[in-house]
Amino acid sequence: MKNRKLRSAYSAIKDSQVTSESLFWKRREFIKNLSLSAMGASQIAGTLLQAAAQDATGFTTAEPLSSEYVVTHHNNFYEFSTSKSKPAEMAKNFKPDLDWKVSITGEIEKPGNYSLEDILRWTNIEERIYRLRCVEAWSMVIPWKGFQLSHLINQLKPNSNAKFIEFETLESRSVFPGQKRGTLGFHVLPWPYKEGLRMDEAMNPLTFIATGVYGKDLPGQNGAPLRLIVPWKYGFKSIKSIVSIRFLDKQPSNTWHKNGPREYGFYANVNPNVDHPRWSQARERRITDESFFGVKKIPTQMFNGYADQVAHLYKGMDLDKNF
Amino acid sequence: MHYKLSKIAAHLACWIPLIYLIYAVNNRMLGADPQEEMMNQLGLWTLRFLLIGLSITPLNRIFKFPGLVKYRRMLGLYAFMYLILHISIFFVFFLETNIGYLWDETIERPYITVGMLAALMLLPLVITSTRKMQRRMGRHWKKLHKLVYPIAILGITHFIWQSKSDLNEPLIYLIWLTFILGYRVYYSKFKT
Repeated sequence: MKNRKLRSAYSAIKDSQVTSESLFWKRREFIKNLSLSAMGASQIAGTLLQAAAQDATGFTTAEPLSSEYVVTHHNNFYEFSTSKSKPAEMAKNFKPDLDWKVSITGEIEKPGNYSLEDILRWTNIEERIYRLRCVEAWSMVIPWKGFQLSHLINQLKPNSNAKFIEFETLESRSVFPGQKRGTLGFHVLPWPYKEGLRMDEAMNPLTFIATGVYGKDLPGQNGAPLRLIVPWKYGFKSIKSIVSIRFLDKQPSNTWHKNGPREYGFYANVNPNVDHPRWSQARERRITDESFFGVKKIPTQMFNGYADQVAHLYKGMDLDKNF
Repeated sequence: MHYKLSKIAAHLACWIPLIYLIYAVNNRMLGADPQEEMMNQLGLWTLRFLLIGLSITPLNRIFKFPGLVKYRRMLGLYAFMYLILHISIFFVFFLETNIGYLWDETIERPYITVGMLAALMLLPLVITSTRKMQRRMGRHWKKLHKLVYPIAILGITHFIWQSKSDLNEPLIYLIWLTFILGYRVYYSKFKT
């Protein structure tokens, strides 16, 4: 009984919040026209309005969205494959349902094994349009659907020892063939994939758990059914297909850092002034669509353009060292 | 006549990867970032042509099939063609045709330094690839064209160095190269 009610509530969310790609574009056209007409009226008012369209919360942006095709067909999801195009095909049968289990443990009041259903009951689904900046220097603008991580954390009631959170992706060679050894016997990465956040980073209003994209449920290749989004950090922090959330008193390690400590840090904040040892981070390749000229180089912004919302978290820290 | 036909067929075969890539780009078959995929594929084909060319001598000696030698020059030149396209895409789309960026990247990124070095070393070999030059240079020609070995080593190094974490594929190429070089060392030591 309770179950059925929840299930319908979940699908109700889906139905009422479905926003097709075309509707997204119309909505954004409207915002653009709004700011354009204001520009005509007065240069200053126009600039102000554009700033407003950028949104002081950082929850949305007026930049052109990356097409649904590129968002769902350009995925660094090494659990499937190191090729960015293959996960879309390989994830076809990976369709987690409401029974997806997440083990939530550590320094909280009520540790336990919770289902996706429980988690959705505690939170409200909303839409966010975020920039995603990959450490490989490409980026997209993506309309996510999901909930603010702090809302979930508040439900879990962490105690004062909870200083960090560690997330873990599902480990299953039947679901994720990329977790098997490669042709020459090497694992691509040490599995399962792990990521971590400092508590204040996790509680920042920008930090989000995506359950969907482009108004639809999250496709497998995008990290179904629960995927972390930390828009001011490089994409590898946005851990996919989460099965474990642990509240810890010590800083956990994270997979890419373990794999290459010189190249990938724990913080992984987007920073145009600190290069990756093998390539520059000063500019990025913004992918808008899959045509040959659908990619343009643009400058990378400090904290991926979210400095107003998050710079205070790192006050006094040496960002060259804590990359 | 037979010789000519097989040569034409070989030329056509060398164009197939490029024709396929252009077809794939036009039909949006290269994924969400076709520029990068195109660049990577062109780079891979450069290495493949280079390694196929270098495999001819060992194959020749092991299987007694001397007919292949006449394709070596051609394979080297096609490797160069794919290399030029590979670098052009990098320069136009990744460096926005900015010579300053090209210099910075070449100096600062070791895997690009290595790749560029290999490309520059290939230039004199291309320039002296004609029969006329071969005749004019005599024994120096052979010496100069030994450069192809360090070029191949640098090329494979460039490939391994730029890969993020999955070494399975680059190492297959490394094994291939090791066989090619190893066989030559073995042959010069024990078979002459």
